[in-house]
Parts: sequence; C-alpha cells; structure tokens
Amino acid sequence: MKNLIDPMDLSVKEIDNLLNLADKITANPSAYEDVCNHKTLATLFFEPSTRTRLSFEAAMLELGGNVLGFSSANSSSAAKGESISDTIQTVSCYSHIIAMRHPKEGAPLAGATRASVPIINAGDGGHNHPTQTLTDLLTIRREKGRLDNLTIGLCGDLKFGRTVHSLMKAMSRYKNIRFICVSPEELRIPEYLKRDVVEKYNIEFIEVEKMEDVIDELDVIYMTRVQKERFFNEADYIRLKDSYILDLDKLKTAKKDLSILHPLPRVNEIAVEVDDDPRACYFRQVKNGKYVRMALIMTMLGLHK
Amino acid sequence: MNIDSIKNGIVLDHISAGKSMRVYDSLNLDELDCSVAIIKNVKSQKMGRKDIIKIDNDFEIDLDVLGYIDPNITVSYIKDGITVEKKKLALPETITNVEVCKNPRCITSVETSLPQTFKLVDKENHVYRCVYCESRIAK
Repeated sequence: MKNLIDPMDLSVKEIDNLLNLADKITANPSAYEDVCNHKTLATLFFEPSTRTRLSFEAAMLELGGNVLGFSSANSSSAAKGESISDTIQTVSCYSHIIAMRHPKEGAPLAGATRASVPIINAGDGGHNHPTQTLTDLLTIRREKGRLDNLTIGLCGDLKFGRTVHSLMKAMSRYKNIRFICVSPEELRIPEYLKRDVVEKYNIEFIEVEKMEDVIDELDVIYMTRVQKERFFNEADYIRLKDSYILDLDKLKTAKKDLSILHPLPRVNEIAVEVDDDPRACYFRQVKNGKYVRMALIMTMLGLHK
Repeated sequence: MNIDSIKNGIVLDHISAGKSMRVYDSLNLDELDCSVAIIKNVKSQKMGRKDIIKIDNDFEIDLDVLGYIDPNITVSYIKDGITVEKKKLALPETITNVEVCKNPRCITSVETSLPQTFKLVDKENHVYRCVYCESRIAK
C-alpha cells in the first residue's frame, strides 16, 4: 500500500489485516511503543481539525515516532501561494509518511503524484475520509463482533456527509448488509451512490423520514448532523428537525444491543443524556480511531509484515 | 457539392452530425497549414446525417481525444490516393486536458497547473469522472 487516498483503495483483506493489527495493538500497546523509533509523521492540515490531527499525532507518538507539521494553511507556505506538489515534495524531505487534510477535493491525490513518501488522506473537503471509515469499521466490528449480517441505520445529512458515503461503500462489500437511510427528502443519499453501491451490490435499502419508524430494526445507527441551512424552507426544518435528534425516549424501542456511532463533532443530534447509555459508542469510536491509525502507519511504513 | 479527394492525408468519417467543429477545435486543426475540409450534414445510409473532415496532410492524430468526442468515427489514412489504413476508435480509459472539471470544490479549480484528467467509469453510458474529485463531466 503506497498511499491511502480513497477508502475503496483497500481490499477487504487489507482492511481485515489493518483491523486485526489494531486489535493486537489495543491488547498489548507496550509491544508497539518503539516500532516507529526514528520515524517521522508529517501532519499537513490545510484546514482545522481537532480529532483527526490529534489522533494521527497520538498514534505516531504512541508508536515511538516523531511528529511535525502545521494545523492551518495560514501557518504554511500555502499562504504565500505555494502549490501542493511543492509543499509535498519539500515535506517528503523531512518525514517518512504524511497525513494530509485539505479543503479541496482531490488535493491528497494531487500531492501523492509528487510525493516520495506514503500519503494518507486525512480528509479532502466533502469527498473522502478513509481513516474515519477504518475507524467506523473497527468500531462496528468491535461492538458487534462482525461486519456482515447487519442492519445499519444512517441518519441525518446523507447527501453531503462524506463519512456516510464512504461507510456505505465499504460496508457494501460485506455479506447480508441492509441499509435504512433516515433523512429529510432534501438530504437523501445521492443518486450515484444508489446506482454504484446499492444497486450494484444488490443491497437491501430503505429510505424513511422518521427515525422512530425504524429504530427497533437497527443493529447499528450512524448519526450525522443535520444543518438548518441545508433545508429549502423553514417549515420543513421545523417539521423534521426533532426526527434527527437521538434521545433516551427514542431509544426505548431500540434493540438492547444497538450500537450508536457518530463521526463527531456533534452539536445536538445526540442528546447528552445518551452518553451514559452503554449503547453509545462514539467516544470508544474516537479511541478506536487512534488504534486503527497506529495500524495504518505501521503498515504503510512496512513495519508490520 | 464537390470536395476534391485527397492524395496524402487523413479522412475522419462517420462523425455524428454537428460534432465536426468540436473535432476541429479539439485536434487543433486550425494550426495546420494544409487544406482542411469540413463537410457537414452529409446524407448517410447508416447514420441519416453525418459530418466528414478531410485533412490534406499526414499528421499524428490524438486518437484518444477523437475516441472521447465520438467513438464511432472512422479514421482513414490515405497515401498516393489509396486508403492504406482504417482505424476504428474506442472510448479511451482516461482523457487528459480535453475537458475541465467544473466542480468549484475540486483541487484543479485552484491548482491550475494540474493535468485535468478524467477516468472512464461507465462505458455503456460514456460516463467520465474527474480523478481528483470524482465529479462527472457535465455534458
């Protein structure tokens, strides 16, 4: 694996290997604390991020490696108009692996064409976020014990949510997956995704407007934020907004072993009262993100055979 | 209407009616010094109407560009008045610097030195997507 730009760059077998390694690291972190000695990760974040950047940095530090980089375009030569390929070629001289986030779609791929070290896409606009997908897959596998035979609810902004699109693509390769998409009509998943994923893999797929109608059927619910500005009119927003907030009342009819995931940050789409429910996995999900990034860094540096 | 046959050159036949000017522009035929004939709306048994371009000189044609514009075009190479080679085209797997990505969120919108490359993702429906942002070419 030279670069990780798109979650679909990874085969099911490669994903399994990464998740297995993440499990091993979690079980015995001290065995891996020197694996990346004398290796440096560059985190090039052309737009702000809390979780992803810190998760990458924590991952590398816990592997015994070093970290350098910047956390906004303003603190790099991009502010002077330097091209991505020049920045990447320069940083390739100082590091062994690069994690890059950029607001423009396809920027990590543009950088990868000129990089002499592996590039990890840490999010490119509304396009791809492969390490979030790996985090989600690891979380589902840990919580449910499997990645097949699942009914997965996707709730909220399914039109613009890149994490939802990537998760659907990745999960579609496993057996007997059923998607229930819960969103207002304006924010349903794009047509191309229905054609290229749902129809192509012949996946059972339902679209509904209200969470209450389907929550009892779900093994996993993947929550995302619904933004008011995405609605065409105020009346629809007022009519539907509460349908996309998960609270203890709605969870009354849910399965006892439901897993609640969220890529975070959340605003109000999951009530704080849900945090103490054992079905809430989103903070465990954050931790899983670190372990899966540790596995990814090791694999891409060729330190795990 | 009579157009002289050519002795040494290239004939682009079976161009879908109305596409000849696009072919002319895309292959930069305006930069040639030789005679170039664009014949539009010729009656055709197979196609109903078609366009033909005759180029009175041999030069290297970008068959990928041509295949992308219209994979049904036939390219005939003429030498001493005789057709020495006929090529049928196919949709190319990738095209570079033929189209421009219209997605304002695409990296190519700000890094203009990047090659504008599109990949064929659906042969049946002639769908190409930007390799960077995966936006579909807006026809």
